[in-house]
Amino acid sequence: MAAKLLAEQSLLIAFALVGALMGASALVSRMLFRGRIHASAIAILAALALAWWGGVVTGGKKGLADLPAFAGLALLGGSMLRDFAIVSTAFEVDVGEARKAGLLGAVALLLGTVLPFAVGVAVAWSFGYRDAVSLATLGAGAVTYIVGPVTGAALGASSPVMALSIATGVLKAVLVMVMTPVCARAMGLDNPRSAMIFGGLAGTVSGVAGGLAATDQRLVPYGALTATFHTGLGCLLCPSILFLALSRLV
Amino acid sequence: MAIYGTALLALCTIIGVALGEALGLALHVKANVGGVGLAMMLLMAARSWLARTGRLTPQLRLGVEFWAALYIPIVVAMAAQQNVLAALDGGPMVAIAAVLTVGLCFSLVGMLGRLGGAASD
Repeated sequence: MAAKLLAEQSLLIAFALVGALMGASALVSRMLFRGRIHASAIAILAALALAWWGGVVTGGKKGLADLPAFAGLALLGGSMLRDFAIVSTAFEVDVGEARKAGLLGAVALLLGTVLPFAVGVAVAWSFGYRDAVSLATLGAGAVTYIVGPVTGAALGASSPVMALSIATGVLKAVLVMVMTPVCARAMGLDNPRSAMIFGGLAGTVSGVAGGLAATDQRLVPYGALTATFHTGLGCLLCPSILFLALSRLV
Repeated sequence: MAIYGTALLALCTIIGVALGEALGLALHVKANVGGVGLAMMLLMAARSWLARTGRLTPQLRLGVEFWAALYIPIVVAMAAQQNVLAALDGGPMVAIAAVLTVGLCFSLVGMLGRLGGAASD
C-alpha cells in the first residue's frame, strides 16, 4: 500500500519535500547566518548534499530521485519544468526599465557571460577536460548554476560534468552573496547604475539578490534587473556561439 | 483566467525550444541552440503586446508569475537529482573556477562603474 501511494503521489511528495527543505533553509539562514547567506543558496547546497547521500545509498546516477519515495523530484526538477520556470521569470522584466541600464549594462552583461565562461573553460582544461561539450558545460557553470545545466542538457553532457557545472555555479552564487557586502565599497556599489553593472557582471540572480540585500536593500531591484537577463543571455550564448567558437578551438 | 497565462508561457516555451532545436539542426550541432533564451524573448514580446492592448489581466499575470515564484524550488529539485557523488571527484576544480570567476567579475564592477561615472559626470 505504501509503495503504491509513494508511486502515485510522487510529484506531490516532491513538492512537500522541496517546501520543507526551503523552510528549513530559511530557518538556517536566519538563525545561523543572520540572513547573510540567502535561504535559496542554502537550500540548493542542502539539495546537492542530499543528492550526494542518495547516490551513496542507491548507487544510482539521479541523486535523491533514485530513492522510490523521492522519484517525483525527477519530474519536478526535470528539464521540462525547469525550462518552463526559467522562461516564466522573463515576465518580470520591464523592457523600458531594462533600456535605462543602457550600454554599460549591456557591456557588463556580455562580459559577465563571456569572461566566466572563459575562466570556467580554462580551469576545466587545466584539469584535463578536452572535449568541447564538457568544457562548454563547465564554462557555462561558471556563468550561473542555471546556464550550466541548461547548456549541458542542450549539448548532451554527462551527469558528473553537469553536477560539477552546477556545483561551480552554486559556489559562485554563495561567494557572491558572502563577498558582496565585504567588497561593496571597493566596487563603488552605492548607486543604481553600479548595481546594474554589478547584476550584469556577477550574474546569478540569487547571488546578486542575496548580496545586494545584505549591502543595501534599495539596490536589489536594479541588480536583479540585469541579473535576470544574465541567465537568459547565458542560455542563449553558451550552447550556441560560445560552444561553436570553443569547438573550433578544441 | 490564470490558465491563459500558463498556456501563454507553455506556448512560448514550446516554440522557443522548437526554434532552438531547429537552429541546432541548421547549424549542424547536436544541441538545442538557445531555446530557453529565445522562449524568454518571445514571452517578453508577448507581455509587452498584452500590456499595449490592455489584455494583461491580473489573473493572466498570476498564471505566469506562479511559475516564476516556483523557479527556485524547481532549481532545488533539480539539484537534488544530480550525480553529486561523481562530481566530488573534481573538487578543487569547482573551487578554483568559482573563486577566479568571482574575483575577476568583482574587480571589473569597480572598473566599469568608474568608467560610467566619468562618462556621465
